[in-house]
Amino acid sequence: MNIDSIKNGLVIDHITAGRGMELYRLLGLDVLCRDCSVALINNVPSRKMGRKDIIKIDTDVEINTDIIGFVDPGVTVNLIKDSMIVEKKQISLPEKLTNVIFCKNPRCITSTEQELPHIFRLTDPEGKIYRCIYCETKAEIK
Amino acid sequence: MRSLIDIVDLTVEEIEGLITTALDIIDDPKKYSEVCRGKKLATLFFEPSTRTRLSFEAAMYELGGNVLSVSSGASSSASKGESIADTAKVVSCYADIIAMRHPKEGAPMVAAMNASVPVINAGDGGHNHPTQTLADILTIYREKGKLDHLAVGFCGDLKFGRTVHSLIRALSRYEGIKIVLISPEELKLPSYVKKDVLQKEGIPYEQTTDLLSVMPELDVLYMTRVQKERFFNEEDYLRLKDSYILTPDKLCGAKSDMSILHPLPRVNEIAVAIDSDPRACYFKQVLNAKYMRMALILKLLGLEAEK
Repeated sequence: MNIDSIKNGLVIDHITAGRGMELYRLLGLDVLCRDCSVALINNVPSRKMGRKDIIKIDTDVEINTDIIGFVDPGVTVNLIKDSMIVEKKQISLPEKLTNVIFCKNPRCITSTEQELPHIFRLTDPEGKIYRCIYCETKAEIK
Repeated sequence: MRSLIDIVDLTVEEIEGLITTALDIIDDPKKYSEVCRGKKLATLFFEPSTRTRLSFEAAMYELGGNVLSVSSGASSSASKGESIADTAKVVSCYADIIAMRHPKEGAPMVAAMNASVPVINAGDGGHNHPTQTLADILTIYREKGKLDHLAVGFCGDLKFGRTVHSLIRALSRYEGIKIVLISPEELKLPSYVKKDVLQKEGIPYEQTTDLLSVMPELDVLYMTRVQKERFFNEEDYLRLKDSYILTPDKLCGAKSDMSILHPLPRVNEIAVAIDSDPRACYFKQVLNAKYMRMALILKLLGLEAEK
């Protein structure tokens, strides 16, 4: 299967196979990339991973890499300029997440103060545990 | 500008500093009677409280300062829908320091993020109550002469008891501490406190439903009330409220110098007959709370008594 290489834009590589669509949705690429081409390629053979997903975006948009790190740490984001990779970033678990996940604790101040950002901090990197900064409730991660 | 939201915002050295100041206040209250002249403390209490609000206000008056008070959410702009952030910004224009109690967890943190003066968390729902912990620490220190190498039992509601979680966190930073957790199954200490505090710090602990069997080993017994306001379901509250009641006969196996603490208010979990026992320290705790709040107000305002 052939997908054209891109001149200027982003390649989100090394996505765990099957997670590409989830990332596409969480990054809001359907809205961010209304006027550009996006390719979501599933189950690409990979020497390192066996199979992987890739997202190619044909323009230089600003994406929230915290979402990527939270959903699928280990993903690589390549910035392409004039058909060359000018920056390669390996995305790890973010220390802080803002408005990516939401606190479900009915006793938390975020349940009544609608304007407050929902902020979670990584408290246990090994267990991938995030806690609400306000009430310390553990994030429910599907 | 510092605020106090969680007891672990203070280092062990800072807590020692507060103890030193509190002991100096106890020793020579007159020296501190004018230190806060011209300063105002705003007590914003959005949840019913008698002792904590009065304790903060008494602390400020004894330092020579003044107090502005909101004693319920219904009588404040919060009832009109004002956000915590806006309330904190507005009150910062009137007061030099804020003490806030709120039923929602994290509300004082939001206030601290928006206020231009120090904010003290005076209790946020079932979450934190750091100044109660300071009172508990000073009480243990005054009774035992140390904060390390102690066996401390916590009895009653260990699930929703915010004072229990805070004190366990604070004590876990001292050497030789052993924690004994006594509660019914339904009100056991949350597993995240065990994992994040006790196991992480390597603190030996034991869990039991039998108070009498562990009584002889305790240096401190911290009793708690099963709090009605923390339950969503009244049936559960009624079933569990009388789980542990301390009576004089249960103290038979206890050490003669064991200290009995309780954050108060008590309902029936400590029999009134125990009040006259020299081991009962819960009314001393009330007094110690005021001294520690005085020390904290001075620290957060950057004030010292003249030497």
